Amino acid sequence: MSAETDKGCKRMENILSYSAVELGAAIKAGKTTAVEAMEAVLESIGKKEKEINAYVTVDRERALEKAAQTQKKIEQGELTGALAGVPAAIKDNMCTAGLLTTCSSKILGNFVPTYTAEAVLNLEKAGAVVIGKTNMDEFAMGSTTETSAFGVTRNPRNTQYVPGGSSGGSAAAVAAEECFFALGSDTGGSIRQPAGFCGVVGMKPTYGTVSRYGLIAYGSSLDQIGPLAKNVADCAAVLEAITSHDEKDSTSVKRDDTDFTSALIDDVKGMRIGIPRDYFGEGLDDEVRTAVLAAADALKENGAVIEEFDLSLVEYAIPTYYTIAAAEASSNLERFDGIKYGYRTPDAEGLGLHNMYKKTRSEGFGAEVKRRIMLGSFVLSSGYYDAYYLKALKVKAMIKKAFDDAFKKYDLILGPIAPTTAPKLGESLSDPLKMYLGDIYTISVNLAGLPAISVPCGEDAKGLPIGMQLIADSFQEKKLIRAAYAYEQGRKERA
Amino acid sequence: MAKQYETVIGLEVHVELATKTKIFCGCSTEFGGAPNTHTCPVCTGMPGSLPVLNKQVVNYALAVGLATNCDITQYCKFDRKNYFYPDNPQNYQISQLYLPICRNGHIDIETPEGKKTIGIHEIHMEEDAGKLIHDEWEDCSLVDYNRSGVPLIEIVSEPDMRSADEVIAYLEKLRMIAQYIGASDCKLNEGSMRADVNLSVREMGAKEFGTRTEMKNLNSFKAIMHAIEGERERQIELLEAGEKVIQETRRWDDTKEYSYAMRSKEDAQDYRYFPDPDLVPVYISDEWIDEVKKSLPEFREEKMARYKAEFDIPDYDIGIITDSKHMADIFEETVAICNQPKKVSNWLMGETLRLLKEQDMDAEDIRFSPENLAKLIGLVDSKAINSSVAKEVFEAMFENDIDPEKYVDEKGLRTVNDEGALKKTVEEVIANNPQSVEDYRNGKEKAIGFLVGQTMKAMKGKADPAMVNKMLKELL
Repeated sequence: MSAETDKGCKRMENILSYSAVELGAAIKAGKTTAVEAMEAVLESIGKKEKEINAYVTVDRERALEKAAQTQKKIEQGELTGALAGVPAAIKDNMCTAGLLTTCSSKILGNFVPTYTAEAVLNLEKAGAVVIGKTNMDEFAMGSTTETSAFGVTRNPRNTQYVPGGSSGGSAAAVAAEECFFALGSDTGGSIRQPAGFCGVVGMKPTYGTVSRYGLIAYGSSLDQIGPLAKNVADCAAVLEAITSHDEKDSTSVKRDDTDFTSALIDDVKGMRIGIPRDYFGEGLDDEVRTAVLAAADALKENGAVIEEFDLSLVEYAIPTYYTIAAAEASSNLERFDGIKYGYRTPDAEGLGLHNMYKKTRSEGFGAEVKRRIMLGSFVLSSGYYDAYYLKALKVKAMIKKAFDDAFKKYDLILGPIAPTTAPKLGESLSDPLKMYLGDIYTISVNLAGLPAISVPCGEDAKGLPIGMQLIADSFQEKKLIRAAYAYEQGRKERA
Repeated sequence: MAKQYETVIGLEVHVELATKTKIFCGCSTEFGGAPNTHTCPVCTGMPGSLPVLNKQVVNYALAVGLATNCDITQYCKFDRKNYFYPDNPQNYQISQLYLPICRNGHIDIETPEGKKTIGIHEIHMEEDAGKLIHDEWEDCSLVDYNRSGVPLIEIVSEPDMRSADEVIAYLEKLRMIAQYIGASDCKLNEGSMRADVNLSVREMGAKEFGTRTEMKNLNSFKAIMHAIEGERERQIELLEAGEKVIQETRRWDDTKEYSYAMRSKEDAQDYRYFPDPDLVPVYISDEWIDEVKKSLPEFREEKMARYKAEFDIPDYDIGIITDSKHMADIFEETVAICNQPKKVSNWLMGETLRLLKEQDMDAEDIRFSPENLAKLIGLVDSKAINSSVAKEVFEAMFENDIDPEKYVDEKGLRTVNDEGALKKTVEEVIANNPQSVEDYRNGKEKAIGFLVGQTMKAMKGKADPAMVNKMLKELL
């Protein structure tokens, strides 16, 4: 691809290093165009995808055409927002009309939706241009992006390591400059953990803030779409764009405090931040502990009030989460049956209905998805419902209560994202239980429906990124953004 | 002496609600339509689609629940019933198990022994499935999702019925309630009302229930009667032979008048019910309940009492007219216009019932408007048309709800009141029928009837026969 545009002027230098908001401003100022930005991204994808494999689908023609249309609208003054003309990557579990949407599963390998997810529509309304669909753990089940039916995604910081998951493709695309920002989904940490592993910023909003319409469900009561971006300001701008009250989603909440970018204030004076002792016990890697506590110190130096406390119930989060998420998934994934769309076993002829179902689903789903469907079917089956599912719902309510109590004392809770930095490729799948334990710091946030953000706070000796997590009470995204932004600004100054 | 057996019956009745749109999306519920034209991503179970509850479904369910004396579950929820079948696009049906909207109700039915109370265990809301069409020629199955997501309520009775007659009385009562509310047209033959019969037998006087079977695919009252009789006999024969009744689901074959086992309790599926996380709980406030209570119509018993007091028509007529809310509405609206209850009732009891029966239609299917019926009565009253012309006009009105006044003018059916024209015709008839004229003059009174008939024929029916009679007598 040529670095010259058709106008003949040289493309803006280092365009790929711009943040989303910086790029949006540059396009607005006429220093570059949406088409130039898209060309640069596509060129970057062309160079890096062989190694990274962040995308399942990139439709170059469509992306360039949309970029050109958007540029026209920007020039005509129809699009004036901060993200107008900025190329974006979308996790492949969000429906995009006319564009393959696979959930990184063989069973949806040929699925082209007729409709677009509300969050993506909102992005497009704000002028962002979709590049393509990013790789993920199959149906968002996994923490490494290794369960994808379309190959593993590699961590751009060190390609021997996983990018985390399930939104690993989105995190890697941001880290590798294969997009300017991405959308991910977070059911038990699927935005925050890969953001931490790839050294980018990722945010999970309060449940109900972003419409789930068009998001292919994993655990419906836990799923939430959110941004992965290069910095906190981009995250706030993207969240502001995708948030909406959607009548097509019964769980969508009507909010009037969604001007998230107004919270980008470099000031944490007097903010009360709690550090749960339970998050710093056994199993936490020393390097991660040191980096996260150093981040707490940095906030303290800037005037935040830091205090340790006992959150409690932390050890119950994992069994509770895997019971509820698997139960919902077992039902949500029933519709993939070879009848209406998606994969059908080539041997369907003469099999009879029920054997066609069995063979299609046996061949179409991967091992991790099947494991969770079986687990979920078991906990919902008659005779076990009360002992597992109902009990999990009760524990979920208790976990929420523990957070409610904590937020009576604190504005925010600070902790690690994951016990370790990114594991090596191939290390995790052989021991799923160990992989599940890696979700310990992120999943209780989903169980309680809370917002949380993952911000880079250092590197380990291998040079792999370490992320810290800030958690806020429901609807308090602005507090998260403010503290994360202040921390990020301080870190820049120290560097 | 042979043992005496008692039949114990409970019903699960599905009623399709008359909402304009489906329960969880905005698609039309209209019956018919080319396959898969009333569908969207939600009712075809596309990935990422989400259900949103249609409030009118709750209104109807509440109304039926209040009319059947139920307790209302003010915090109710939807659950998923999981099972794989192609007519069920998500492979789960959204229904209610744990917290159904209504519980603990009852209605009274009339039996030869007097009033009897039938308990209602619960009423819950749920979505209907699509329709499978098996193409034997192509050896394949096709699925039409037009019906997928059409709202239903399932009314589950207590096992309080003891005979087919009680079952029919109970169903008639439920149908009446749903129709009066406007919640459903309750047509068994079109599937907007479906009844599954749970039946067991026990020795007279026994305290414990026997083992029950569930019978499906009952599409008419006749089928229900026959299926109940057949199943009672089948179970008694088993017991008499020292065998056991097996708990199973049986399917009624209406043409063979025979039921066969579909599946036994052992291979009953585990539906893995759990609360649907895509839907929020429905909170039904006291105000909401009051609002629905206020909107409840006058039910049949009250209506019959009022008719008795207000209108001078026979009890028999009142019974027939109020049997259908639609017919009662037509009656009242027509009377409101023309203030002639007896005449309106006559049209309904006579010609209307005759044509309904002739064309195998329900009272719910009546299409003519009260305005037009009132106009027709007006035309007869003012002698603008005679009674035989009126019947002809009524038939046209029954078919297409035509405006009788326009119809009569267009077809030239108005009675000719022009004495000159009539006199001319009468004179001609007298001239052309000398024999009859002579007979009359010789005292044969009957002969005048023939002359009247000839005159009416020449006038093409558009004359007042009384006037013709009078004129003939004068001229003779």
